[in-house]
Parts: sequence; structure tokens; C-alpha cells
Amino acid sequence: MHFGLTEEQQMIVDATRAFVENELFPHELAVERSGHLPLELIKEIQKKAIAAGLYAANMPAEVGGAGLDTLSWLLYEKELGRANYALHWTCVARPSNILLAGNAEQREQYLMPCIRGETWDCLAMTEPGAGSDLRGMKASARQDGDDWVLNGTKHFISHVDLAGFAICFMATGEEDTPRGPKKKITAFFVDKGTKGFTVRDGYRNVSHRGYTNGILEFDDCRLNKRQILGEVHKGFEVANSWLGATRLQVASTCLGRAERALGHAISYAAERKQFGQQIGKFQGISFKLADMAMELKAAELLTREAAWKYDQGTVTEADMSMAKLKATEVLAMVADEAIQIHGGMGLMDELPLERIWRDARVERIWEGTSEIQRHIISRELLRPYGA
Amino acid sequence: MKVLVPVKRVIDYNVKVRVKADGSGVDLANVKMSMNPFDEIAVEEAIRLKEKGVATEVVVVSIGVKQAQETLRTALAMGADRAILIEATADVHTDIEPLAVAKLLAGVIKEEAPGLVLAGKQAIDNDMNATGQMLSALLGWSQATFVSELAIDGDKAVVTREVDGGLQTISVKMPTIVTVDLRLNEPRYASLPNIMKAKAKPLAIKTPADYGVDVAPRLTVVKTTEPAGRKAGVKVASVEELIAKLKDEAGVI
Ligand SMILES: Cc1cc2nc3c(=O)[nH]c(=O)nc-3n(C[C@H](O)[C@H](O)[C@H](O)COP(=O)(O)OP(=O)(O)OC[C@H]3O[C@@H](n4cnc5c(N)ncnc54)[C@H](O)[C@@H]3O)c2cc1C
Ligand SMILES: Cc1cc2nc3c(=O)[nH]c(=O)nc-3n(C[C@H](O)[C@H](O)[C@H](O)COP(=O)(O)OP(=O)(O)OC[C@H]3O[C@@H](n4cnc5c(N)ncnc54)[C@H](O)[C@@H]3O)c2cc1C
Repeated sequence: MHFGLTEEQQMIVDATRAFVENELFPHELAVERSGHLPLELIKEIQKKAIAAGLYAANMPAEVGGAGLDTLSWLLYEKELGRANYALHWTCVARPSNILLAGNAEQREQYLMPCIRGETWDCLAMTEPGAGSDLRGMKASARQDGDDWVLNGTKHFISHVDLAGFAICFMATGEEDTPRGPKKKITAFFVDKGTKGFTVRDGYRNVSHRGYTNGILEFDDCRLNKRQILGEVHKGFEVANSWLGATRLQVASTCLGRAERALGHAISYAAERKQFGQQIGKFQGISFKLADMAMELKAAELLTREAAWKYDQGTVTEADMSMAKLKATEVLAMVADEAIQIHGGMGLMDELPLERIWRDARVERIWEGTSEIQRHIISRELLRPYGA
Repeated sequence: MKVLVPVKRVIDYNVKVRVKADGSGVDLANVKMSMNPFDEIAVEEAIRLKEKGVATEVVVVSIGVKQAQETLRTALAMGADRAILIEATADVHTDIEPLAVAKLLAGVIKEEAPGLVLAGKQAIDNDMNATGQMLSALLGWSQATFVSELAIDGDKAVVTREVDGGLQTISVKMPTIVTVDLRLNEPRYASLPNIMKAKAKPLAIKTPADYGVDVAPRLTVVKTTEPAGRKAGVKVASVEELIAKLKDEAGVI
């Protein structure tokens, strides 16, 4: 077994980190304080990210991405994850993998403009009445000749304000399963401006200032069948096969921020003096650092192992859930302790710690809550025994 | 025209440097190493010359430990075409001295016959500021040091040099050795697709024996010490007092 990074992987880390520190960090405070990421700034950084080959680097080489293996991609995600989310997600966008599931025409129309930085994508699954239980969704699409007619509401939809279109998951039927009736789901590309499709401002949330989410309303929104992504009734399968790795992406971005917080905590503990000595010399502080470093390493190893198995084709749902669960919980712990080690200064926005702490909160909720991850892990343990 | 760029692997400029316990030098075990920043500027300039159609090929050379391959790969990922590593030592703490480096580079230049050598003005680890000048003497080529602007005009290079009194523009005959200063350009980031492609670019591995050069050190380091810590400042009551102190005590105005 080999745990080291290859020469290329180290270079990917260095190149991405240099970009993040030089081009994103200087804008963080303004975005955090105003809660707004201006379009001119997005365009300015985006241009540099495209020139640096960092934009949409998650994509395969044949569509203009960097063609990275999963571990290399996650190392890049980890470096990006160190920065304010709105900045890295918008200015160094990684279009959703699910766009690769489209046919040739759909790739040209939806994927390529995202890779070129002309627009952004967004994914709409969650509804006011259906979050974790997606197959209980109510928003629906009904076939009418060659058309489909969409009705219902989606909420919490990230980036829909910037996006040119939304990939919407709608109920198109119901089937009986051993666990009761479940919705059959179909995915649709819905362009902004389509009649019967309205986007409203969403909620303000505690995490990720400068980033927004929105509410989507469908009122007899009529689409041609060409707008279907994948096959009718197979939306859940498309999502499962193309979005599984997003949990590893969340894990990696969390590792980046946790590492940044730990770095601040270590240097502060080594510099700050109270009672005549460096506070790092008090066991109350030094043992915290030891636990933070150990937990972070555990989370990183889980993530790297899942990445490696992903490329071997042997990754399980539980592997990816463990990585996401551990990394998001470690981030919360590390951010909290880093603030504690800084005393009052840790709460002030001159340092990135208070926002890393706020930003940590959403990570245990989106892309599957911690409870849902534990459900996935335990299901894999118990199912073979019929429990 | 072929451009040759020597690149050195040095301690990263962000690393907090620590002196080894025996005072023989700086501790380099498990520290982050990077390309000498001045060499990065030289690589960038060479790539720009190629993009402008002035240069046809950019060859990068590094002399040192085998880990300097990483530095060469970074240069390849920035856009250099080909790399040569001269493995001159197995010990990360052994610094190959400027004269040995210049002799080895002279050997490479005999084989490669570049029209231009672009080097950093100095390496940030030992601050020698000597390799380019020594190389020029060994080859009998012209030299232009501390360069902040460069234009190739036929068989001449017109360069602006940063000298103590200001800027000096001179014209030198090609082939020539140019050592670059901080303000020449802003090096690009190695792009991710190019990092992936760099693996496929040729990297030749040589030894000093291939060039008949003895790299044994001629210099002895007597002692290495940390810079003295910053002394506490003083508070002044008024602008007048500040100006008086700057004039009379510091003697800077
Ligand atoms: C900032 C933000 C951005 C988002 N962006 C998007 C987006 O772009 N697109 C999109 O489609 N969605 C998005 N979401 C939605 C997100 O995926 C959901 O919030 C998440 O899936 C949880 O659903 P919910 O909020 O409805 O909570 P619920 O599912 O109602 O869960 C409430 C609580 O019950 C627990 N729970 C539920 N089921 C079980 C169970 N079986 N066992 C044990 N506990 C259970 C949950 O863990 C949670 O603690 C976003 C959410 C947020 C907060
Ligand atoms: C919002 C806010 C409002 C405030 N308002 C006021 C106010 O109105 N008036 C006022 O006077 N102060 C005020 N304070 C200051 C507050 O009381 C201090 O922040 C607090 O006492 C901690 O001191 P410090 O921030 O300097 O941290 P430090 O004392 O530097 O502590 C840093 C870390 O070292 C740890 N540490 C220190 N000594 C030891 C030890 N011996 N053993 C183990 N661990 C140790 C601490 O627990 C902490 O984790 C305020 C602070 C905040 C954040």
C-alpha cells in the first residue's frame, strides 16, 4: 500500500494552493462582510482560473477538463475548499458530473458553456416536503404527447440565481416497493425564462456568505421530451451513478478548511503567551492540537482510501458516506477548538476562524445529513443479515 | 532559437527557516522546497519568447539532488519543452557551488548550443549572485545581469538593467547570458492540464562525470546563525520628533 502523493499530485496541490492564496484569499473579507460576490469580480477571477487551467478541472480532458484521477481531483478540491465557498465555487466552478450523462446535443447546449465559464449549472431535488426522503417528492411531470408538463416547488436550490438552467428531478410515477410506495423520478433540463418556470429568492443561511440559494416554482411549465436527461423514470439512477462522488467532494473541501483552521491554531498556540509562557505549553491547549491533528488525519485517510477505491471500481456507498460523515464532523470539531485556542480573537472576523466555524454547519446537512450517512453505513452492515 | 534556463531547487520562500543544531547550515529535512523564484521568472520569459515565435525550444536544466526532478516538472508544466537533470549529490544539504554549476552548464551549452541563456540573478538560498557571470566568463559570451526588460533584435538583445542609480539600457551580442530580476514579469501558474501533460515530456538524467566536472566543494562554511531578533521599538510624541530621529539617529533622511 502506498500513501504518498505522486509528483503530479504534489504539483496539482501547489498550483491550486498558490491560486487560492493569491487570487481568492484577498477577496474573502469583503465577500464575508458584504455577503455579496459581485459579478465583475467573478468574471475577473474566472478569467484567471481559466488561464490557469483550474476552471472545471474536474471534467475529463476530452471536454476541456484536466482529466484527473479521483484522488488528484479531490486534492484540488481540498485546496479550493480552503477559501470562502462562494468565491471558489463560482469563480473556479466545477460543473456537476451529471452533465456528462447528457446526449451529444445536451452536452453541447448545457455542459460546454459551463466548462467555458459562460454560465453555471444547478441541481434541484429538495422540496419543502421532501429533503432526505427524495422519493417522497411531490413536484411532478405529466406526459402530454411529445411534451411534459411540470408542476410543483423546489427549495434550497444553490446557485440558481447565477445558473442559466436547472436540472430538475420530478416525480413521473409511483411504484410499490418492499418499503412502501416510492416515486419514479425523471430528470429534466429547464432553461431560465421557460414559460411557467419562476425563480424566487431563497433563505439567508448561517453558512457560506456570498453564496445564495433559491426557490423554484413550476406552474404548468411545458417542456419538449428532448429536455429529459437520461431516461424516463430513471432520474434516481442517473443521480446515483453520477453524483455519488459529490460526497467525496464535500469531504475534501471540508478537509481543506479544517487544515487551514488547524494551521492557525498551531501558530497561535506557539506565539501567544499568557502566564509567562506560550499557551501551547499548557497541556489544556497542546492536547487539543494533538486531537485535532489526529482526527483530521483520520478523515483524510478515509477520504483518500475512498478515492483510491473509486478508481479501482471497488468503492461502496458506505466508504463514501464514512468519508463525508467523518470529514464534516471533524471540520466542526477542529473549527470550534481552533476558536477556543484563540480565545476572544477567534470570534473576530479579522481571522477566518469564525466563518470556518459557521460554514462547517451546513456540511453536516447538505449532500445527505449525518443521520442519512449513518443510515447508509449501517444499512450496508445489517442488510446481509436481513435486518 | 533555443533558450536554455537553469533552475534551482531551493527552500520555499514561505518556510520559516531553522538553523541546524551544529550550525553547519539550514535544516532542509522534510521542508517544502520550490523553484527559485528568480528562475521561475526566467522560465516565464523563455516561454513568452516561444509564444511570440522568437524562441523555438525551451530547455530547462537543474543541478543537484534527484528530487530536483520535481522542480524540472514544474518548469515543464509551465510550458518548457524538455528537461535535463544533472544529479550531482545525494545529500539535500550539499549545495553545489556556483563555479561547479557554471562549468556543468558550460558543458550542457556545448551540447545544446542555445542562442540565449536565461537565468535567475541569484538563488534565494545562498544569495551568491555568481553563476551567470561565471558562465559568461567560461564561455566567453556577453552577459547582461539584473534584467527587468528584454527584447531580442536579430543577433542582439536589448535589455534594461536595474542598477543602483536607476535603469540602464544596453545592447549585447547574441548568444548571451541574461540574468533576470524581480520586475521582468509575473510568472504564470502551472495549469492542471499542463501538469498532467508534463509527465510525457522528456527529462534526461546526467551526472557531473558526463561533463568531466569535479563538483567537490571548495568553500567551507564556518558558521550559520539566525538573524538577530527584532529589537523593541520606541514611541515618539510628534511628527517633529520622528523627523528629528530619522535625521539625527537613523541618518536616513
Ligand atoms: C444551504 C443549503 C443549500 C442546499 N442546496 C441544495 C441544492 O442545490 N439542491 C437540492 O436539491 N438541495 C439542496 N439543499 C437541500 C439539502 O440537500 C437538504 O437540506 C438535505 O437533504 C436535508 O433535507 P431537509 O433539509 O429537508 O431535512 P429533512 O430531510 O427534513 O431532515 C430533518 C432531520 O431528520 C433527519 N432524518 C430524516 N430522515 C431520517 C432517517 N431516515 N433516519 C434518521 N434521521 C432522519 C435528518 O437527518 C435531519 O436531522 C440545500 C440545503 C441547504 C441547507
Ligand atoms: C465578544 C467579547 C466581548 C468581551 N468583552 C470584554 C469586556 O467588556 N471587558 C473585558 O475586560 N474583556 C472583555 N472580553 C475579553 C474576554 O474576557 C477574554 O477574551 C477572555 O478572558 C480570554 O482572553 P483572551 O481572549 O485574551 O484569550 P487568552 O487568555 O489568550 O487564551 C487563549 C487560549 O489559551 C487558553 N489558556 C490561557 N491560559 C491557560 C492556562 N493557564 N492553561 C490552559 N489554557 C490556558 C485559554 O483558555 C484559551 O483557550 C471580551 C471578549 C469577547 C470575545
